[in-house]
Amino acid sequence: MSEMIAVQDLVKNYGEFCAVNHISFTVTEGKIFGFLGPNGAGKTTTIKMLTTVLDPTSGKILVNGHDPTREQKQVRRSFGIVFQDPSLDDELTAYENMDLHGILYGVPHGERVMRINMLVDFVGLGDRIKDFVKTYSGGMKRRLEVARALLHNPRILFLDEPTIGLDPQTRNHIWSYIQQLSKEEGVTVFFTTHYMDEADRVANEVAVIDHGKIVAQGAPAALKEKTASATLEDAFIALTGHAIREEEATSTDRMRMMGRVWRGAGRR
Amino acid sequence: MKAIYILCLRQLKRYVRSPARIVGSLGQPILFLVALGFGFGSMFAKAGGGSYLNFLAPGIISMAILFNAVFSGIEIIWDRQFGFLKETLVAPVSRLEIVFGRTLGGAIVAMAQGAVVCVICLIAGFRIASPLLLPVAIVFMFLIALLFTSIGTAVGSVLQDMQGFPLIMNFLVMPLFFFSSALFPLNGLPKVLQVAVGLNPLTYGVDGLRGALSNTFAFSMATDFIVLSILTAILLAIGSYFFSKIQL
Repeated sequence: MSEMIAVQDLVKNYGEFCAVNHISFTVTEGKIFGFLGPNGAGKTTTIKMLTTVLDPTSGKILVNGHDPTREQKQVRRSFGIVFQDPSLDDELTAYENMDLHGILYGVPHGERVMRINMLVDFVGLGDRIKDFVKTYSGGMKRRLEVARALLHNPRILFLDEPTIGLDPQTRNHIWSYIQQLSKEEGVTVFFTTHYMDEADRVANEVAVIDHGKIVAQGAPAALKEKTASATLEDAFIALTGHAIREEEATSTDRMRMMGRVWRGAGRR
Repeated sequence: MKAIYILCLRQLKRYVRSPARIVGSLGQPILFLVALGFGFGSMFAKAGGGSYLNFLAPGIISMAILFNAVFSGIEIIWDRQFGFLKETLVAPVSRLEIVFGRTLGGAIVAMAQGAVVCVICLIAGFRIASPLLLPVAIVFMFLIALLFTSIGTAVGSVLQDMQGFPLIMNFLVMPLFFFSSALFPLNGLPKVLQVAVGLNPLTYGVDGLRGALSNTFAFSMATDFIVLSILTAILLAIGSYFFSKIQL
């Protein structure tokens, strides 16, 4: 299996601030790769560099064998992306948003119409396809964005917090389809998420990033074993020293943290 | 080419679907047409200038195009703020195609608004000198629209502040409009004003349009066309350059 994403010694500085600090990883074709970290860890900055939106300060990136800084068109043809924030035109209908995307990506007319209908049906919006996006709920917009990212049959799918704001049923539905795409069509998936249970269940491999540095990388089971944790969330806390969303840490997170501190103190 | 077409079509759909925008942007041209056209009409005729309405109408049409074209730049800020710009910037098309599509769309919308104002002027009593010159008028309307949409694109690409954009553009648009030949003839102006008016690209647009619609040129059709075309090319290049530098 070939490497679809290869990152070597990647750095991104904003003035004095180092958002991504010498990270390296590879993602093999057909694998689902989870990129986990708290807010501000450098996940979105990394995705932006992988998807040609941002130039790195230094380091080397290859996406589908192409350099995003020099071969932007080839890289862009290779991937579909769901951004962290909405990127639909509210003044257009769902069909028009999909059609616009298909034309920008050069999908032929017949195939475009067929795939738009198929994908919109898949995300459960078939009966709302002619409605303006401004009449959609947040969850519906998210589902439409996932459908849009898949329209041009990308080899790689970048998903930046793709299931945020979705109900559990739709989340499961979307992840099942993404797993199916990965298994049957060899689509490589690179995603970030705050839902650790999703990462645990879906990812073949995860990398944990904190303060711009990758602190651990491997299969979820291997990380759990390495940190002697029952869940990936506990493994994450063990590796980074804090919960995934520190500012939103629940009382359970805080109790887990205290538990780890006490257990650590006891071992010393 | 398909990318240019679809992005241009998007601008047109957004325009057609917003009756408030169509009607709202007619207010100012109608106000100028009624207040100045009828207010100064008799004075202009007594001074031997002929029908002021026939003189003023091309200026008012240019005004409608100018305002709509320049303010189309805010859509870049809007798209950046609400995320749609990202969708276009990661697509496998060049930034040049994106900026051309957007600018062309903005220019056609501004032209359409100019055409609506032209119809209102006709209702108010404006008479086109020769229908044979209508295609020439359309060319000048398009050049005015493209030139000022390019300015809007350049400013919209640099600015990220949605509140700041209208303030800056008003600061730019008002002198452009008042120091052009939209409201008064060029002959007999004080020297300083003559220089200011001569340096203003809108002057050549209004003059070309006035020549095509009312058969009155201050310069010549060729001069107006050449000056406007060169300036449009330069400003389109500047707008494209700033758009290509956008980082999300």
